[in-house]
Amino acid sequence: MLTLAEVERHAQVAITAVDGERGFRRRLLELGLVPGTAVAITNIAPLGDPLEIEVRGGRLSIRKDEAAQIRVRR
Amino acid sequence: MTTVALLGNPNTGKTSVWNRLTGGSAKVGNYPGVTVERRVGPLRKRPTIEVVDVPGAYSLVARSADEQIALDVALGLDGEPRPAVVVVCVDATQLVRSLYLLLQVQELGARCVVALTMADEAGAAAPNPTDLAHVLGCAVVPVVGRTGAGIDALATAIVTAVDAQAPVAPVVRWQPSPALAAQIATVRAALPAAWPQSDALALWALQCVGDDELARVPAAVRAAVAAAAPTAALDDEVIAARYAWLDAQVAGLAKAKVDRRRTERVDRVLLHRGLGLVIFGAVMFVLFMSLFAWSEPAIAAVESAFAWVGERARTILPDGVVEDFVVDGVIGGVGSVVVFLPQILLLFFFLGLLEDFGYLARVAYLMDRIMRTMKLSGRAFVPMLSGFACAVPAVMATRTMERQRDRILTMLVIPLMTCSARLPVYTLVIAALFPSHTVGGLSTKSLLMVGMYGFSLVTSLAAAWVLARVVKPLRAKRLPFVIELPPYRAPRMRDVVRMMGTKTWAFLREAGTVILACTIALWALLYFPRELPAGAPDYDAQVAAAPSAEAKAELEHARDGALLENSYGARLGHTIEPAIEPLGFDWKIGVGIIGAFAAREVFVSTLGVIHGVGDDEGSLRKHLANERKADGTPRYTPLVGLSLMVFFALACQCMSTLAVIKRETGGFRWPLFVFSYMTVLAWVSSFLVFQLGSLLGY
Repeated sequence: MLTLAEVERHAQVAITAVDGERGFRRRLLELGLVPGTAVAITNIAPLGDPLEIEVRGGRLSIRKDEAAQIRVRR
Repeated sequence: MTTVALLGNPNTGKTSVWNRLTGGSAKVGNYPGVTVERRVGPLRKRPTIEVVDVPGAYSLVARSADEQIALDVALGLDGEPRPAVVVVCVDATQLVRSLYLLLQVQELGARCVVALTMADEAGAAAPNPTDLAHVLGCAVVPVVGRTGAGIDALATAIVTAVDAQAPVAPVVRWQPSPALAAQIATVRAALPAAWPQSDALALWALQCVGDDELARVPAAVRAAVAAAAPTAALDDEVIAARYAWLDAQVAGLAKAKVDRRRTERVDRVLLHRGLGLVIFGAVMFVLFMSLFAWSEPAIAAVESAFAWVGERARTILPDGVVEDFVVDGVIGGVGSVVVFLPQILLLFFFLGLLEDFGYLARVAYLMDRIMRTMKLSGRAFVPMLSGFACAVPAVMATRTMERQRDRILTMLVIPLMTCSARLPVYTLVIAALFPSHTVGGLSTKSLLMVGMYGFSLVTSLAAAWVLARVVKPLRAKRLPFVIELPPYRAPRMRDVVRMMGTKTWAFLREAGTVILACTIALWALLYFPRELPAGAPDYDAQVAAAPSAEAKAELEHARDGALLENSYGARLGHTIEPAIEPLGFDWKIGVGIIGAFAAREVFVSTLGVIHGVGDDEGSLRKHLANERKADGTPRYTPLVGLSLMVFFALACQCMSTLAVIKRETGGFRWPLFVFSYMTVLAWVSSFLVFQLGSLLGY
């Protein structure tokens, strides 16, 4: 099972599910990270964390352990 | 009075639109009980309409009281006026995500007007406003906050919507499953009569109530939600259904992809592993130096201006209590408020520029890895850095952080940073009490100063780490720390300058008055009863008969010292002596600590007066070094000096900081907490330093 934290830079993947506690995942879903949405890691912060991701034409910064809660498929 | 609410995602240019609509004449306050700013201004086109600027939000769904504000304002709950129209700022470069918020507002049955911002930047990706209006069923007006284009049309659309009398029905674009419909019906039956009776509000409660920190949710609603037992599947259904509608109906209106190439080129430099960090360091250096050093001429100018006014007042007023009250109490007190303005203006100038440009979000992105080690986010970096210059603007800068919990935690540790007002105290103590040695080519005195900076950095980080675990309202919730990295945009000077003005005015009105009152109270404490103790020599006669100017000054200093020694403040110093004796302090230091509440550097001048040497720091240093106890040993040893510096590093010896925390948190709870925990920390640490040092024979 692949998560967003394991995907290499610039690889296009699609979200299949968001795990985690209810309030946590609700935030991510409401930002448009719903199943079926295309997402890619565009950058990694100089200190190795967080990640910059592209989703729905915008850029978001998300921590690695949070990205590990997002299940994706190629 | 008719009210219009202005809603929108962060970074949509909402503030710009609000400034243009109202002309910027804002009433700024706080929502009760939270650290969220409430801004209201009259609509320029029709001043009987008030426009409320709601803090940026991605959704109306809330988990804490500060996030609940958006719903309260949109629906007119909990004392907020019910808005006639809700204006939603929709970012043309982020169409689908910004319309998610609009769908929620429409489901609640509010009359909506869409302000389509950033259409110029979106270019071919911007939707045709007519097509969008047709799909959304409400007016869509393209506006450019930067130039003001379209603002008049937006104001006209708002006025037309306000005047429209026909009621608006809730618009729901999706069909709930039978299970969800049943849950909604259960909760809807429990909604209080004062709330609008709508399915959407019942759904809001189903999504928010549960593991929440919301204020003002009636027990009946909580019970109904518990009975309906919503699960994560509910969120999946609702959120996916809204996005499915948006993807099907709206996404196609954008004819092209948004061009981010310019932003990507800039990011390749600013977020670069090497160069990006170097530029970051340079930007932070400039920000810090401007607060710490370059503001100095402006601060000195303020100080000398007030000194000049004081001198003038002295020549006009007759000698006596009134003269001293006006000059030292009132004029000095107003000066002690105004002296903060250079740093506040500078900091908010930089914050405004960096925020508008889009760099503040990148600072959070770059520093998040470091700041999270103490349970803070990258957003805390700039406020904490500013704390090394002065805690007052630094506490105000916590407004740039989204979450109330992060804001408060940052405010709690900022006063531990070595601010510039501590430097005169450290300088005096180090120069007077520590011997000069060199270790490896470095003087011990400068090493001590560097050590004090390191000490404050370690204690503030450790304090954040501990407080985040121990203080219940601050325990970190598992919430995603997602920050938007907006496209780079040219800063709008109008908005930056306007924000500087608003912040300064809010500081003067709300914190300044408290600081002024405290300064006058402290002045009175150290001034009255203004009587020489019984048996004191007749200084005035001696001054009149003094043979030389030098002897005269010496007598005057002795008189001022005797008057201060007999003041209520000094008596208080004697009273607290048993409490500070185990730290190695005598009552004279106690008086200095009391005086230092006005501002830490006042410690030096108060100590000068109480030791009868006036304001000459050179003589004060000698005096401190030569003061003896009854047994002939030095009164102030290096160990006392170290204990004193530790005390000043940790104690919240600054009523201005407390006043500004009160203003930012809207109550006495947090300033009292800061004062208590820091005083206890300072006392215990100084106690350990002095007692252990004494045991070791220092």
